[in-house]
Amino acid sequence: MPERPMIEIENVSKFYGIYKALDDVSLSIAEGEFFSLLGPSGCGKTTLLRSIAGFETPTHGEIYIDGAPSLALPPNRRPTNMVFQSYAIFPHLDVAENVAYGLKRLKLTPQEEKKRVGDALDQVRLSGLGQRKAHELSGGQRQRVALARALVMRPKVLLLDEPLSALDKKLREEMQVELRTLQKAVGITFILVTHDQYEALALSDRIAVMFGGRIAQVATPKEIYQHPRTRKVADFLGGMNFLKARVLGEQAGAVSVDAARFGAVSLAKPHGFSASDGHVTVGIRPERLRLLWDDDRAPHELAGRIENRAYFGEVTHLTVGIDGLEEPLSMVETNNYGADDLPIGAEIRLAFDPDAFVLLAEDPPVSRV
Amino acid sequence: MNALTQRLRLIPLLPAYVAVYFLFLYLPILLLPVFSFNNAATTTFPLAGFTTKWYASLVGNTVMLEAARNSLVVGVTVSLLSTLLGICAARAITRYRFRGQKAAAGLIMAPLFLPEIIVAVSLLMIVLAMGLELSLLTVILGQTVFCVPYAMSVLVSGFEGFDRSLEEASYDLGETALGTFRRVTLPVVAPAIVSSLLVSFTISLDEFILAFFLSGTEPTLPVYIWGQLRFAAKLPGVLALGTIMLAASILMLTFAEILRRRAERRTQMALMLP
Repeated sequence: MPERPMIEIENVSKFYGIYKALDDVSLSIAEGEFFSLLGPSGCGKTTLLRSIAGFETPTHGEIYIDGAPSLALPPNRRPTNMVFQSYAIFPHLDVAENVAYGLKRLKLTPQEEKKRVGDALDQVRLSGLGQRKAHELSGGQRQRVALARALVMRPKVLLLDEPLSALDKKLREEMQVELRTLQKAVGITFILVTHDQYEALALSDRIAVMFGGRIAQVATPKEIYQHPRTRKVADFLGGMNFLKARVLGEQAGAVSVDAARFGAVSLAKPHGFSASDGHVTVGIRPERLRLLWDDDRAPHELAGRIENRAYFGEVTHLTVGIDGLEEPLSMVETNNYGADDLPIGAEIRLAFDPDAFVLLAEDPPVSRV
Repeated sequence: MNALTQRLRLIPLLPAYVAVYFLFLYLPILLLPVFSFNNAATTTFPLAGFTTKWYASLVGNTVMLEAARNSLVVGVTVSLLSTLLGICAARAITRYRFRGQKAAAGLIMAPLFLPEIIVAVSLLMIVLAMGLELSLLTVILGQTVFCVPYAMSVLVSGFEGFDRSLEEASYDLGETALGTFRRVTLPVVAPAIVSSLLVSFTISLDEFILAFFLSGTEPTLPVYIWGQLRFAAKLPGVLALGTIMLAASILMLTFAEILRRRAERRTQMALMLP
């Protein structure tokens, strides 16, 4: 979706003393895009979001919002609004007063103000709760008030700082759907900070994965899950079996490697690929390995034995030891065929698809000072 | 758990003990209003009938009214001063982390635990050594030292958990720094501030030792009352005055506590996660 860029982050760094919270980050986010900043705590994602909002001032670089350089503007003069992690609902005001808070400075007519507050409450499905006090609201409702209060300002960009982390799992999943629907309805750029990879995958048009103050990869959810660029990205986005493989040869756009017991595998050659010592790391997702029952046959099979088993309701996670592999393999099996009843030590066969392997680049060394 | 409930069952006298305890604590204070409405110059039973003449006698007592005015001036000034200092201290303690923070907080609270008479004597020595006249000003300074710890405790419980992101949310929604202070910071902490003012005022109003040592020729109400106790005939009037002060204190402290709790609820609510 290469549309008009709404946010352009140019070589932004932020130092706290000698500690690099952000290390030369550049990023372009399109108008109307749902963009997620994903990473472990301390990776700089919140610092980056707060720099866009104006609560942090980068040491170097520039941030353009809708084409205008913004670092010189204080938060109250930026066309962005934020949903805070704690929601920051004003405790001395009721719901309608909270939503109207920012409108007061716009000097609207009372009718116009009332209409906009009403529309915003409708949008987040809080109609009729305008007179409620903040302490009478549930967690999900407080979250909606925070959303309405920001959206009523008609910002060009809505910034969301871990907005769902305080909700329990079921409510969180409901709110994810609602957040996505809301974003499509209002059509403005949403930037979400989260450490939950499933949330990022489910909601985003694109995701930036961050480690150590840097962006490791920017891509669509599908691309980033299926073709993670580095080992760390692959690991953060879910389970992955990592293997050391020996490079057999390079062709135009492809690399063939010897992936130990998996045999010779041909992989797409990433941009700027180089295997310095003739070895590379390859990975395969646990769900791309499949158990074979009785007379099942597959073109690519391996024999192994169950070393461990964890029951997760709809699926079972299996750890399978394979002769000739240093690390056991992780697999995920649905429980339809009895994977949950396999005893530990059972001899099994598994099938794999050589095309499911990805070639992973080395992660750059992390240095925060 | 079982052993504990059994032990509790073995002491059915506990409620009785508590009742007696409260009786000892509050019965003497309850006698004050009773005798203030008694139509006799002595405080003896049986009661001689209902009268409000002791209260009426207060109205024409110019010396007493002068003392009441002094108390009011001192009380208002002390409560403003100690609340102002308390706000600074409470904000520093709840918002920032710095070296020596615990020690500083402890030293501010220390006057609570020092014998008041020692504090009074040392303040008197300093005031005299500096060549200052004893006046209402010296009472105000002395009582402020004594009231700041109370003000600070009340304010800390109101400020604690004041969510920084409330102020950020306000900036984010387009408000200026000054507007944020007026529309968010002040309203959220206002109950704690009013509560601190009331507590400080009440303490100042009842305070005797510092006022006695530092007041010179302008007595506050407690000092005036102490002076009157030498004359048996003045006793009923003092009882009436004491009753009014008691009622005023209870009223203000109750109101202060209600506000303090509301302040605590407000700030902590902002932090509360489901």
